Amino acid sequence: MIHFIKGIKHIFEGHTRYYITMAVLFGILAVAALTYANQYSKGLILTAMRDQVSWGFYIANFTFLVGVAAAAVILVIPAYIYSFKPIKEIVLFGEMMAVVAVSMCILFVAVDIGQPLRAWHTLPVIGKMNLPGSMMAWDVLVLNGYLAINLLALVYVLYQYAHNRDYNMKILWPIVLISIPFAISIHTVTAFLYASIKARPMWNIAVVAPRFIASAFCSGPALMILVFQLIRKNTDIKIEDKALFKIADVVTYALAINIFLLLTEIFTDFYSNTVHGASMHYLFFGLDGKTNLVPWIWTAVAMNTVAFVMLLFPSLKNRFLTLNIACALLIVGVYIEKGLGLVVPGFIPDALGDIYEYSPNINEIVIASGVWALGAIMFILLFKFAYPWFKKHQQADH
Amino acid sequence: MNKKNKSGEKKIDRRTFLKGAAIGAAAVALPLDKADAFWESFLQKHFTELSEADIAKVLKRLENEYSQEYKKPVSVNATKPQENVIYGYGLDIARCIGCRRCVHACVTENNQSRDPEIQWITVLKMKKGEKLYDLEKSDRYYNPDLVPEPGYFYMPVQCQQCADPPCVKACPATATWKEKDGIVVVDYNWCIGCRYCMAACPYGARHFNWAKPNIPVEELNANTHYLGNRPRYKGVVEKCTFCIQRSRNGRYPACVEACPVGARKFGNLLDPNSEIRYCIENYRVFRLKEELNTKPQFYYFFGVGNRRKP
Ligand code: SF4
Ligand code: SF4
Repeated sequence: MIHFIKGIKHIFEGHTRYYITMAVLFGILAVAALTYANQYSKGLILTAMRDQVSWGFYIANFTFLVGVAAAAVILVIPAYIYSFKPIKEIVLFGEMMAVVAVSMCILFVAVDIGQPLRAWHTLPVIGKMNLPGSMMAWDVLVLNGYLAINLLALVYVLYQYAHNRDYNMKILWPIVLISIPFAISIHTVTAFLYASIKARPMWNIAVVAPRFIASAFCSGPALMILVFQLIRKNTDIKIEDKALFKIADVVTYALAINIFLLLTEIFTDFYSNTVHGASMHYLFFGLDGKTNLVPWIWTAVAMNTVAFVMLLFPSLKNRFLTLNIACALLIVGVYIEKGLGLVVPGFIPDALGDIYEYSPNINEIVIASGVWALGAIMFILLFKFAYPWFKKHQQADH
Repeated sequence: MNKKNKSGEKKIDRRTFLKGAAIGAAAVALPLDKADAFWESFLQKHFTELSEADIAKVLKRLENEYSQEYKKPVSVNATKPQENVIYGYGLDIARCIGCRRCVHACVTENNQSRDPEIQWITVLKMKKGEKLYDLEKSDRYYNPDLVPEPGYFYMPVQCQQCADPPCVKACPATATWKEKDGIVVVDYNWCIGCRYCMAACPYGARHFNWAKPNIPVEELNANTHYLGNRPRYKGVVEKCTFCIQRSRNGRYPACVEACPVGARKFGNLLDPNSEIRYCIENYRVFRLKEELNTKPQFYYFFGVGNRRKP
């Protein structure tokens, strides 16, 4: 109990920098909340989405964040299966990130739907969930399941810390075992959300799911590498270089596979050159003189390629400055590629051949920033709350 | 269509009229309790799980709401599918002149929002000699002084009432489903507005109320069906229902009646003497995007001079 209070107290303690950061984040959140209130009352007409492109920036962010959430297993696997000590210590932060990322996913869906108060209609028993037919219903199931599992693991570990005990593997092991296939499944099901749509040839291909996993396993851990360094810098929690470099290895492999899969996709569409390749043509070269997404996708391709080349050289990969640049490049690269580069061109040309060019408007950008700010706040508060326990545990260990 | 339907239609019309008049009186007498109506609609069960009595209550509530909002008696009924009927639609591409009268008749009949504009029928202008399949070469925004334009033909597209509808399969909330008579409907009180069905429909047939729909009070068609043309809410999806409020009472959909050249055919696929069966048996029909296996109940054909020799 005493630790619980300590945790709460710790939330309110910090440097001026901490207060400023939080003030800025809450400021963004407040502006976004007002913007959302307006969107809620006037409708999604305030976004740039229309019937032709009926999903946009919100769902793009959702898709990216499912990847980040899934990447938590990347830490769990080596930590528990191979007992890789340096990583084991930071698994807790990975789980926090998973919980925050899934919550953000749910928020991005919430701000996207036209009747958020009716969300319960998609739940089992009280609603009328469309199973087994709807991939979105499956996504609701696995995302909430994944959230529950990670929360459970987190709460259990923190509870044990609070009582000055190490966690019991007999209890944690089954939770961890389930969380691994769940992490894969949230991303697979989200990929199936797209791949199952035969109306949209760009999505209706088998490679979507493997590409999702590959891109998740590079962008998620890359984000962790950056966040862990921030933690290390701003607190006295120790995170070993060894752990970060190990994660960087995973990022490199995953990025290689991601680029390879993208190339196979490009080859198939452009070589066979059927009408089904129209969306890919639009994305990479534009159609009928409409080229909104072209600069974006080439930027993403360039970023991913540069990041990959950098990660290939051990001398660059094992130095923090260059590693961080590579990570930042590939996070932004994957963010563009999976967001604007997958969701939007799937709708262009639309089912009847119309080309409606979409880019997020200010309303969507403000609301999305609000969700990101809220995510950051959640992570910081969770971290602050757990910090005293974690600190004590680490001291006891050393 | 057949005689039985026609007499049925008259009866319904009289009944709806009486009902409408009664509500009109009620609407003036009882001010609507907004909070109650909110909770009732919030807690309303899925339409297919409502009992007859529940349905009657829901219809009453909606009639009240709409009558107040549009300041005239509005009737909402929930006429059931007829036995042994599966509707089919035929469109004669050779006849269509691209005048879009069907589009506007549909908007008026089905109370589509005027601003922002929603239209359930999209007429595509296609260049003769271009790939028919590659709809990307089509133009939906044509606006000449005179139609048809030489060198072009027209292909109207609306909900194809697929026998295997991908939109229904996609909906996470079962807010859209296929009725026994083949009409795919949306429950505007159940739809959560996720728009997954719009991504899933290969025919661009589903439309979203991006804002609160706006229908001039005097233009509202007050004769409505729960699953069809009743006024919609902001943030829900809507689509063509073969004018469920008409067809289930034995009438033609508004687009069929409005077409000046008779390019639109409608009838019961199960009735060997229906017009649609005649088209299917005598013309070479095709369906849009057949390779997707959605099995549309909407048939296109080139009628003029193209009949099969006996
Ligand atoms: S045309 Fe579209 S909306 Fe109509 S039934 Fe088929 S998939 Fe559903
Ligand atoms: S928008 Fe409505 S009808 Fe369409 S899938 Fe979502 S809940 Fe179902």
